[in-house]
Parts: sequence; C-alpha cells; structure tokens
Amino acid sequence: MTQTVGPALGMLAELTHRCPLQCGYCSNPVELLKADRELATEIWLDTFEQAADLGILQVHLSGGEPTLRRDLEDLVAGLAARGVYTNLITAAVTLSRERIGRLAEAGLDHVQISFQGARPETTERIGYYRNAHEKKRQAAGWARDAGLPLTVNAPIHKLNIDEVPEFVDLALELGAQRLEIANVQYYGWAYLNRSALMPGYDAVMRQIDFVEKTREDLTGILNIDFVTPDYYADYPKPCMGGWGADAFVVTPDGKVLPCHAAQSIPSLTFDSVTEKPLKDIWEKSEAFNRYRGFDWMPEPCRSCERRDIDFGGCRCQAFALTGDAAATDPTCTKSPFHGDLRRLPPEQPIRKRVIGREKIDA
Amino acid sequence: MPARTRHVVTNLSQPGFPAYVRLQFDELRGRWALLAPEKVYWPDDISVAILNRCTGEATVSEIILDLAEEFEAPVEEIGPDVRDFLQEWSDRLVIRCGGRKA
Repeated sequence: MTQTVGPALGMLAELTHRCPLQCGYCSNPVELLKADRELATEIWLDTFEQAADLGILQVHLSGGEPTLRRDLEDLVAGLAARGVYTNLITAAVTLSRERIGRLAEAGLDHVQISFQGARPETTERIGYYRNAHEKKRQAAGWARDAGLPLTVNAPIHKLNIDEVPEFVDLALELGAQRLEIANVQYYGWAYLNRSALMPGYDAVMRQIDFVEKTREDLTGILNIDFVTPDYYADYPKPCMGGWGADAFVVTPDGKVLPCHAAQSIPSLTFDSVTEKPLKDIWEKSEAFNRYRGFDWMPEPCRSCERRDIDFGGCRCQAFALTGDAAATDPTCTKSPFHGDLRRLPPEQPIRKRVIGREKIDA
Repeated sequence: MPARTRHVVTNLSQPGFPAYVRLQFDELRGRWALLAPEKVYWPDDISVAILNRCTGEATVSEIILDLAEEFEAPVEEIGPDVRDFLQEWSDRLVIRCGGRKA
C-alpha cells in the first residue's frame, strides 16, 4: 500500500547517552550507548542539512546531556544557518556562563532546563547529583542573562507530585516563559521502576485540578504545558501526533526512530543516517511505514471514531503491556487490557540509570 | 526581578516579537510559519497580515488603520477582531507589547 508521506516538522537529536544524572525514569533506552558509538560532528551537520531539506523547522538537541558534546556550538550554528529553530534540552549541572554565552552567540533559540524537584533535596535525591538544584538555578540565570528564553521542565512522579505548586513558583522566580509539567511516561527505565514512581489516583487528580486552575490564573504570564499521566486516562494520548506523521528521533549512533522509545519494539529494525539518506528513511523505511496512517489498525481502533484524534495511542506502550505493538493502547477503555493497567509489581528500590551495565531484569 | 503581569492589549500597545519567536516563510510548504519554543504555528493570510505589522513600534491603532486601508474594510469592523487576535497571541507569549525587553 503506497501513501503520500508529508514533510517532517520536528526532530529530536539525541546527541549522546552520557549524562551526569542518573534519574530512574530516563527516556533513553535501558541499554545505553557509550561515547565511542556517537556520531562525528560532520555526520551530525550533514544530517541537519538533510533534515532542513526535508522540512524540519525545529530541532531539539537532547541526550543524555547534550552539552557534554564539545561540538555543540558548531551543531547549533549549522542549524541556525538554515533557519532551523534550536531548542537545547539540558540538565544544566555542567554548564558555565561562558558556555551559555557561546551557545547563544551560535544562534541557539531556546533552553529547556530539567528540575527533578522544586526543592533542592528532591532534585539531588532523584538525579543522584550533589548540589544539582543550585547549579541548575545558576544556569537558568545565565541563560536569561544571555537573552535566551527558558522552559522549566518538571518530570512528575510519586516522589515529587506534591511539589507541583512549588514548581510554578520556581518557574516564575527564574523568569521562565514556559513550564512543562510532564508526568513521567512509563516505558524503558520508567517502566522498570514503575512500582516506585507511579503516583496514586488521588494525587494525580489533585494535580490536574491545580494545573488547570493555575494555568488559567497565569494566562499571559507563564505558559504551562501539561503532559498528563495516561495510566489514569480513559483514552490514550495522540503519541507523536501519529507514527511517522511529522517528527522523528535520531539516536547517538545515527539510527532514525519514529519515537524515542521505538527500539523497545523488538520486531522493528531501524535504518541509520550513516547508511541511507534521511529522506529515504523517512519516506520508505519499513519501521516508519509499519504504523503510518490507518491501514495497519486492527479493531477496535480501525472503526473507532477517535482514531483521527489519538491514532490508537502509543505503539511502545501497547507492546510493553500486551506483547503486540499493533494492539490498542491499554490506556484506552476499549482495550481488553485496560483493567490490568494499574496493577503494579511489588515495590522495589529505584534502579539507577547507568551506562554499560549488563542486562537489567525487568 | 519585577513581578510579571498579563498585558492587556489597548489601541496604544506596541506589539512585537520577542527575540525567541520567528515568523518565517517556509518555501517547502509555501506558507508562513511562526516558530516559538516547542511550537510551530501556521497562521492564515489574515493572521500573517497582522503579525507582519507587529514591529514593536507601530501602535495597535496604526496597525488597524493600515489593515483597514489595505483590505478596504471599516476600522470599526476590523478593530475589535484585531485587538482580540493580538490579546490571544499576547496571552500565548508569542507577541509582546510595549518597549520592554525580555
């Protein structure tokens, strides 16, 4: 079946898996790549050129910790030269005022700094990095001094959900334009650690009420984006706006993925920018076309009136919870697995994100 | 840091783009794109006509007069729509009014 594939709009560039933090919900895969697998500067620059030709208007420079790449300024400059909007997604514990200045000079458009907690002790406990909170606050100030707009990213889970109001105060105090209250999504590391991380129903409902009210109160002052905890929803999220619809991810070693967790689906194989032109991968690769559009959908998604709204939800979550990546996302009430969704394994300590550890048992 | 407040758009407001927002023509798609943190907006022709007049210097009154002339429409008819539009985009923090810096 052939279908027209439109231009891609957004790209997540995972420049490295190296990171000074060890959060137990990291969105990187459980099997992390070492530095010797990372793409060379020239390959990233060429990939960004191809991405701009393909219609990409925004690139999110992420990791791991993207600022550990010493060539980050060059990569930003390459994107800026093509008019691509650049967004740096950083933990901000290893930055200096000078480095931020150089990135701004290279043409960086926006900085997103993650805060693991709104309180210093929480930030330190979740990321396992001493004095992280103060370093982040300092970096946020340097970014604002350099004229860069700031988003505070707050990944929310059981251990910090009560700090949501304090995250709002923090964002206002730091002069952020935007606050992302991003409830952790449970794949990869977060799925492994779900019994320690998944918040309870009441706490989630309190959070939703607070965010809705505060968002209204702060209209025109602070943009609050809210990523909901889909385990407590009746319908799935429109994951990636549809598989292969307008965005893709490039891993540190050059694999091109329809979403950052796609490697958790073992039946998919992914092409690399080191082997094929990006345009061919985007338009023709099997991994992108497998769940593109609607033809792949089984029932109940196929005839569902919401299929244009949520595209059947998340393929990675469907696979993790049902063993079938084409199944209806179990966060949907129409999934036969919906009832089992919140049944958690016995609580155990958080397994820390580490590079190079032998296979971790789920 | 001064406490931030919501800007209420009046005829004397001077709407402009903060440094982190860019309105640019996308050759590939043949339409205007407004690039903002983590968002891309696709304004229609009328919206582009308004946004392109947001220089940070022209007042809302001047923008309305200019649009009325170009589109041969009565000021009293388009005025409220333009003000509503600018308030909405100001609330999204995509345009900023007045001469204050980010």
